[in-house]
Amino acid sequence: MLYAILCYHDEAKVDAWTREEDEAVLAKRALVTDELEAAGRLGPSMRLMSTPSATSVRSGTEPMVIDGPFAETKEQLLGLYVVDCASQADAVEIARRLGRDETGGFEIRPLKLYKPGAIKA
Amino acid sequence: MTEIGWIGAALTGARPRALGALLRYFRDLDTAEEAFQEACLRALRLWPVKGPPRDPAAWLVMVGRNAALDQVRRQSKTERFTDDAEFEDSEDPEAALVEGLDGAHYQDDVLRLLFICCHPDLPATQQIALALRIVSGLTVREIARAFLVGERAMEQRITRAKRRIAEGDLPFGTPSQDERDQRLAAVAAMVYLLFNEGYAASGGDAHIRLPLCEEAIRLARLLLRLFPADPEIMGLLALLLLQHSRALARLDADGTIVLLEDQDRALWDRAMIAEGLVLIDKAVRHRRRGPYQLQAATAALHARAARPEDTDWAEIGQLYAALERLQPSPVITLNRAVAVAKVDGPEAALALIEPLAEPLAGYFHFFGVRGALLSQLGRTDEARQAFDRAIALAHTPAEAAHIRQHLDRLMKNGRPT
Repeated sequence: MLYAILCYHDEAKVDAWTREEDEAVLAKRALVTDELEAAGRLGPSMRLMSTPSATSVRSGTEPMVIDGPFAETKEQLLGLYVVDCASQADAVEIARRLGRDETGGFEIRPLKLYKPGAIKA
Repeated sequence: MTEIGWIGAALTGARPRALGALLRYFRDLDTAEEAFQEACLRALRLWPVKGPPRDPAAWLVMVGRNAALDQVRRQSKTERFTDDAEFEDSEDPEAALVEGLDGAHYQDDVLRLLFICCHPDLPATQQIALALRIVSGLTVREIARAFLVGERAMEQRITRAKRRIAEGDLPFGTPSQDERDQRLAAVAAMVYLLFNEGYAASGGDAHIRLPLCEEAIRLARLLLRLFPADPEIMGLLALLLLQHSRALARLDADGTIVLLEDQDRALWDRAMIAEGLVLIDKAVRHRRRGPYQLQAATAALHARAARPEDTDWAEIGQLYAALERLQPSPVITLNRAVAVAKVDGPEAALALIEPLAEPLAGYFHFFGVRGALLSQLGRTDEARQAFDRAIALAHTPAEAAHIRQHLDRLMKNGRPT
């Protein structure tokens, strides 16, 4: 069984870290992920840019684009795609197409780090 | 990171929101700062034992309020907001707290806190020093160091600025949309000045002043989180990130300025560039161009060029032309002339800057650009005069050293460089 482990943190705090503190956190985590990757147990991992870079697309017959992260608290995270996009507009267009005639929505978050990991499909 | 390190980061992150709410409550900057200070002391004592609260800002507001009210109560008989000890011990204190805090005020609270630092009577450097002290929570010693002045002088400067603020009417009403826009524009300008204060640093002081750039970026992020749909704030953050991405490449080992086209592009910070480009993409969707977006778009064209010769100078020229239409200024025309020189040659650029001789008579970069254009045209004597003038106007040793390189080349071969 594959599990996704989602990372949560207060952005205002993370923004207040110095570069050294940031690197210390990544180094600490690498102790765990390196071991998992060596054992072939680690899938893709990624780090998101902070929410000011986020855009949301609300699904519908005419999907609506909103700046900022997804704010609807009554909806839950159910999955994610990683797509190589030429621009933010490109990503928005893909989310529009994915969500056409649905309810719910998508939060588009550029990645600042992406590692494909060791798990084969 | 040590435990105190984690708590320090949490306190720094929570500061603008917590202090902003305390200022609204007490309507007095000194009282609000003392209340926040007291709350931080309690946090340092309690969080290592009880663990950090889920919403540090809400915790600090509540505890700070109570601490300050206790003081007042000793003199009068004011009611406490809630019981401090009860609050600190309860099972899930933050949930109750967050309800107690009016979430709708949050945006205006933080904006007000930043805005009072932008008092129009205060010179720019005092606005910046005040923002670093009040909003960012830097110590006077840290600020003095960044501005390369004595601690005592900085202390006086900040005290004077605070007094000026206290004398005026602090804006406590809920602002209208127009007022909010005006405040946001003033605050954005202050953040940009703060960044430039660090960016203009050079030579031996560069590493001391770089934190000013990082602080400006942090404040720009804060602004964009408050106003996520404002394309100019997206542009501001993008601009700062794109400029700062070149920090390591801008100075050589001796502290001499390295021109954009001579920089080692491998030293540019790719993560910052990526984020800056995303933000510009986002801003463009709004189709409301503004000065920060245009400047960011210019910086982005440099960032996108793998080699200097790949730079899209024609597009940069057009962006400067658009900026000139929005904000006519001889400095922007001078920048456009640099792009024009690349596309249409030095003669055209020289014609463009000729009318600027008077308004920019005291401007270092004008004579630097003029000297470079003249030397490209082989007008060596005139070029030398322009470079001499530039050296006389240089603000930093790094600026002067850079022009001296031009002069040396001119003397050596007497040919265009």
